[in-house]
Amino acid sequence: MTTSAIGEQRGAGKEVKRLDRVIIRFAGDSGDGMQLTGDRFTSETASFGNDLSTLPNFPAEIRAPAGTLPGVSSFQLHFADHDILTPGDAPNVLVAMNPAALKANLPDVPRGAEIIVNTDEFTKRALSKVGYEASPLDDGSLDGYSVHPVPLGTLTVEALKEFGLSRKDADRSKNMFALGLLSWMYHRPTEGTENFLRTKFAKKPDIAEANIAAFRAGWNFGETTEDFAVSYEVAPASKAFPPGTYRSISGNLALSYGLIAAGKQADLPLFLGSYPITPASDILHELSKHKNFGVRTFQAEDEIAGIGAALGAAFGGSLGVTTTSGPGIALKAETVGLAVSLELPLLVIDIQRGGPSTGLPTKTEQADLLQAMFGRNGEAPVPVIAPSTPADCFTAALDAARIALTYRTPVLLLSDGYLANGSEPWRVPETDELPDLRVQFATQPNHELEDGTETFWPYKRDPETLARPWAIPGTPGLEHRIGGIEKADGSGNISYDPANHEFMVRTRQAKIDGIEVPDIEVDDPDGDASLLVLGWGSTYGPITAAVRRIRGAGEKVAQAHLRHINPFPANLGEVLKRYDKVVIPEMNLGQLATLIRAKYLVDAQSYTQVRGLPFKAEQLATALKEAIDNG
Amino acid sequence: MADTATEAPVIDALSLVPKSDAKQTMKDFKTDQEVRWCPGCGDYAVLAAVQGFMPSLGLAKENVVFVSGIGCSSRFPYYMNTYGMHSIHGRAPAIATGLAASRRDLSVWVVTGDGDALSIGGNHLIHALRRNVNLKILLFNNRIYGLTKGQYSPTSEVGKITKSTPMGSLDAPFNPVSLAIGAEASFVARTVDSDRKHLTEVLRQAAAHPGTALVEIYQNCNIFNDGAFEVLKDKQQAEEAVIRLEHGEQIRFGIDGAKGVVRDTQTGDLKIVDVTEENQSQILVHDAHSASPTTAFALSRLADPDTLHHTPIGVLRSVDRPVYDTEMSEQLDAAVEQKGKGDLGALLAGNDTWTVVG
Repeated sequence: MTTSAIGEQRGAGKEVKRLDRVIIRFAGDSGDGMQLTGDRFTSETASFGNDLSTLPNFPAEIRAPAGTLPGVSSFQLHFADHDILTPGDAPNVLVAMNPAALKANLPDVPRGAEIIVNTDEFTKRALSKVGYEASPLDDGSLDGYSVHPVPLGTLTVEALKEFGLSRKDADRSKNMFALGLLSWMYHRPTEGTENFLRTKFAKKPDIAEANIAAFRAGWNFGETTEDFAVSYEVAPASKAFPPGTYRSISGNLALSYGLIAAGKQADLPLFLGSYPITPASDILHELSKHKNFGVRTFQAEDEIAGIGAALGAAFGGSLGVTTTSGPGIALKAETVGLAVSLELPLLVIDIQRGGPSTGLPTKTEQADLLQAMFGRNGEAPVPVIAPSTPADCFTAALDAARIALTYRTPVLLLSDGYLANGSEPWRVPETDELPDLRVQFATQPNHELEDGTETFWPYKRDPETLARPWAIPGTPGLEHRIGGIEKADGSGNISYDPANHEFMVRTRQAKIDGIEVPDIEVDDPDGDASLLVLGWGSTYGPITAAVRRIRGAGEKVAQAHLRHINPFPANLGEVLKRYDKVVIPEMNLGQLATLIRAKYLVDAQSYTQVRGLPFKAEQLATALKEAIDNG
Repeated sequence: MADTATEAPVIDALSLVPKSDAKQTMKDFKTDQEVRWCPGCGDYAVLAAVQGFMPSLGLAKENVVFVSGIGCSSRFPYYMNTYGMHSIHGRAPAIATGLAASRRDLSVWVVTGDGDALSIGGNHLIHALRRNVNLKILLFNNRIYGLTKGQYSPTSEVGKITKSTPMGSLDAPFNPVSLAIGAEASFVARTVDSDRKHLTEVLRQAAAHPGTALVEIYQNCNIFNDGAFEVLKDKQQAEEAVIRLEHGEQIRFGIDGAKGVVRDTQTGDLKIVDVTEENQSQILVHDAHSASPTTAFALSRLADPDTLHHTPIGVLRSVDRPVYDTEMSEQLDAAVEQKGKGDLGALLAGNDTWTVVG
């Protein structure tokens, strides 16, 4: 059988329905390969040209005890023939590889949805492990769902018997069987997955072929069995995308590429100092693959050394970067303060996760905003910037680099677990569209002393940006010393003078306040909404989807989303005052709202959630509707 | 790998650092900043020794960087007319690692103290040593916290009465040389602030060493721990207390070299004996280049932590080992060789794209 052949064989008499969008959730044990299955379905869907958004959701334990509720790993994918913004609220299809996966995910699945269960795992023992007294497949509790009981393991083992694998090994390919079945159901192209498997198992061709066989068996099962009478087409979202070349990209990958691009556009070597931490480690992994771009990656002994090394490299003229999550930011705080005092460019990237303390390592949250803003001793202002979608992480990294390099300051970039692991289509930019980030190192003395000698003053600022000169070691005649002790304006010598300290504190603040950031844009189609919904970071998708819903129901609502939280866009105060009511949804207990209320004296209302998961569009739409109705 | 390692010439630590065109003097390395250590502090002597020794390296001074942490000694960079950074407590080795790893054309020096390097920054110190980054670490050990006005430090002797330990300190001290050898250091030496000649010679060897060099400098704090090293400085007492190590020479000390170090055949440990006709041939010959750190470690343990009797000074260990920044740089070159110079457009597009036509 050729690879393309299976895509064309569609049994006579089988009905094909057209849908505009579908939400699928794959759920199983953390060892069942659900993330891989989801990734492959995503790639198939991307190459087919649908718009898509994904939500991987997995436990912090690498292999929690098999068959238990804490061990359930899932991957949700929303794809459509039009542009979509979120991974979707409620799955239309749940694939449950065992009773635990069914039990953990069923509350999210509305009646009427399709549920494909792996009946092989519905044994008495497995059922009782998660507290099922009777099998939900038999006791009527799934009435109202369209349940497809499929012995995925048995069918896979059967399909692979010619490969001479042990039963256990053959059974491991059941995720590919499931993927094949779903690929049939939704008319996904299959070539990419087969190529992927051949590459992934290049050194074990037998395993590659076994997985491909399982994948094809799943497809053929859909094609031949009567239980699956209907398959679905979701047309490409060709109108949703401007012309261009597209790929699917996750937030951490986009961020990694953004950093490499920033180094290239600045013509500076990129230096990453980092300590492994979920969910940021993938950036370290990715950047370490690209040494041929001159990228140096340093896995440090701890979080502090990670940022320390990045700052040391920045002193030497590299684009210094450190990547971490909230607990790491806490440890790096003192070094961020040093970077504020040294006024060197530095990118500090926080992939936020649930807190406090270790919190929810693999789940998302936006609760590091105030830590990013204020989590240092002394007056230590730092620009804060937040990407709004997975692909936007690319642009945000370039923007963060622009600010760091132009203003000679550490910049905090706040992504989160949802953006980091979620993916969406991305129009691949041409390299000549990217911003020019080149910097001028100091090469000449910049100050004349009273006796006429020319000298270099490391704290003599650019009058426009207030940035200080960046003179790197190796530049003759500009030898200078910098440090964390307060410095005299201009000369940079140690100074304990009260007036000088006052001046320096205010000047450092003024420099950050004066950073050029674009005005915030307001989406208020008729210009007569009385309610403004204001967000920042990864809530962009759910907020926008919610706004669409309530506009669809005839309501008026204005929307604005912040990329820059420090400094705020210059027009933000004016925008806020235009509306009778401002609602700020956040995945924390109201941190942006606190900043907005303090700065603008606006009675902004918080709408918050800290469940480790992104908002659902429906839930937000309901909250916004209530806010409108309550005037 | 083993073959190439033995055949390749040892890369001199300074071979990539540009040389000065003009002849330098001590004055070239002095800044206009007023030195603000207490009068009589041992730091002055070390500063003078470093400033005096730098011209002998002949390096372009713009390619020399001093990085320090926090503490009295960490003010050092302000007084060196090179590039410098006075950073935060304990972090200098980490910061210097990033600088040295990204700029192989620099001679990077870390100045730190016993509190900075062994207490708050202990983790960075041991990891810098094991990585063997091209850094020269000068650890000023005065066995006390000076800048915070006199608390005991991680090298203070047990029972030390200080402001924070009115009934005596309880914790056993680190021996910085033992610690460094245990942390896989490729170069470990000890010297004394007041012995300018010895200090300079040790600095010279450290500077020439490829990789991380740790130099412990016994330094007197005349305000909070005056005379801590008197036994090593007083001419008469020093004869018995100090063991001067010279590579390739027998380890002998005392008046006319009357004492020597031998290996105890029963335990394998080292011990001190009176040299006689009979045992003269058994006196250990110091081998700083020995691949095994065992004997160097044993030598470091001869010193009595309370009295400092039998304190070895000089280069205890100096071995060639792969240098982190060299290897990092080679990986970058190898990546370019294997994959070609990075093509941003190709990277961004990846292998799995689709096209939307307008």
